[in-house]
Amino acid sequence: MPIPYSEKVIEHFKNPRNVGRMEDYDAKATEGSPACGDMVTLYLKVDEETKTIKDIKFESYGCASNIATGSIITELAKGKTLDEARKISWKAAAEELGGLPAVKVHCSVLAVDTLRAAIRNYEERHGLVEDREPTTVEVVEKRLRHVMNPLTGLDIVKTHVVKKTDVNNGVVTVWVDLSRDHQFANNIEQEIRERLEPLWDVAEVRVIFNDDEEE
Amino acid sequence: MMQNEIIYMDNAATTRVDPAVVEAMLPFFTEKYAVASSQFSHSPGIEVREALDAARATIAQALGAAKPEEVIFTSGETESNNWALKGMARAFRGKKNHLIISKIESRSVLDSAQALEKEGVRVTYLDVDGEGFVNLDQLRESITDDTFLVSIQHANEEVGTIQDIDAIAAIVKERGVAFHTDASHTFTKVPLDLAETPADLVTITAHLIHGPKGIGALYVREGTPIAKWMHGGFMEFNLRGGVENVPGAVGFAKAVEMTSATQVEYISSLRDRLIDGLMARIPKTELNGPRYRRLPGNVNVSFHYAEGESTLLHLDMMGIAVVTGSACFSRSLEPSYVLMAMGKTHELAHGSIRYSLSRYNTSDEVDRVIEATAEVIETLRRISPLGKDEK
Repeated sequence: MPIPYSEKVIEHFKNPRNVGRMEDYDAKATEGSPACGDMVTLYLKVDEETKTIKDIKFESYGCASNIATGSIITELAKGKTLDEARKISWKAAAEELGGLPAVKVHCSVLAVDTLRAAIRNYEERHGLVEDREPTTVEVVEKRLRHVMNPLTGLDIVKTHVVKKTDVNNGVVTVWVDLSRDHQFANNIEQEIRERLEPLWDVAEVRVIFNDDEEE
Repeated sequence: MMQNEIIYMDNAATTRVDPAVVEAMLPFFTEKYAVASSQFSHSPGIEVREALDAARATIAQALGAAKPEEVIFTSGETESNNWALKGMARAFRGKKNHLIISKIESRSVLDSAQALEKEGVRVTYLDVDGEGFVNLDQLRESITDDTFLVSIQHANEEVGTIQDIDAIAAIVKERGVAFHTDASHTFTKVPLDLAETPADLVTITAHLIHGPKGIGALYVREGTPIAKWMHGGFMEFNLRGGVENVPGAVGFAKAVEMTSATQVEYISSLRDRLIDGLMARIPKTELNGPRYRRLPGNVNVSFHYAEGESTLLHLDMMGIAVVTGSACFSRSLEPSYVLMAMGKTHELAHGSIRYSLSRYNTSDEVDRVIEATAEVIETLRRISPLGKDEK
């Protein structure tokens, strides 16, 4: 096997559950893009009374761990309330799959985020969302907890790869405890940008590595 | 498809050693094991020396080298490329400080150039076009009086592009600059006659032509002022110290002897059958690299809307060994730098699959691989959010 996936990952990769397109969905979300190599679209059918997920389907353009996580997470979410489903973490998904190689954890995060985005999409459509919160250092760090260090499979905040963050007039600065020529420097920078740039009040994201010169 | 039968199509990574090569090597482990440079002390040493000289002569002849002494054995492509770049930089230190390479050189050339950059060498990285051909005008304009070496591969292992090596050598030599080419993927497959082509340094390796791993050579044209590489003895004409890898050299020479023009024709025909089959059978498929002037065994295609690692994994489960340029499969999680330099999109790189063929592949295998790939791509496209609306 080219990559040491668990038997369960391979099983879900070969026979993904709940896969395909849904036409009469109540909510839909797409995360990732063909450019970054992983893309997940997820559809929800929600019971308006009980707020439970009646049906769920996903489509994936991505690697095996992405497809397998999409499969397992739809299994986990089916029949749950929106609040319950939102709490399904990538860790829970990864554990359910019998673990994922460290370098592949970030692919599974995408599927989990897509589920959360679809739930949010439903809530927005049905007027269930509170006001937008302004971006603070706390918000930034919460988002960065979804960026994985491919070496360890752990998030870059917890493992102190992120040294410091700053939010100032729409400019977010993230200091990263890696050198520019680190094997995963470009990958981590790209993921940080993907997490922070969509925030509604963020105009610019700066990622500073150890050997970068600061003005 | 039989599960226990592997179809190996990763011959650009390495090849199966020819049994005749193994047989030729065996006596040099258990019988003729003396050190070749012990020729001055005993007759077992002389016998081994003769075998080493014969191997060198065979390889020199295949290259069109004027003298066997121009062939210096190394441990392979990586070492030869490191030596060519660093040995020349060292020889010209304090005199000339500019190196020119292309953006799609092998990792060992690129990384050596980057290491030299850190030591203060100025490096120009030449662009390539959409098919991987080096921009010759840019090459012409980049050479200065400060340039000590131009290093451009003979062919690219990923997309198969065979450079116009004679035109490149002519441009470089007209300016009196040394020229290195990594011919690891073309040696014995694409004509390169050093009596005609004025390259000064040429990298070759054994394991890509059904020889053993751990043996290669750097051709050093007489008079090229390259610095000594390994210190620790006068072996290899005082250029690379250390006990000679005689079994390796003998195996390398045997591997060269086992090659033929007929095989090259055969491999090229398999390549064309595979390209034509994939393109005809699977819609939305693009060939990466040129259709002609392409390595005999190289096929590299991108399938839209199907990610490379998933494709590879499915093929692997069907017993087919290939590689992908997808970021998901690379050690840095970045897409193939070769495809990026050719101006391909990230998406095309993520969907790229390379099949590389050898004389051990058959047309039956090619046909089975076409069918298996078509099946896999269909499966992946069915679950992909992309491309459906275009149908």
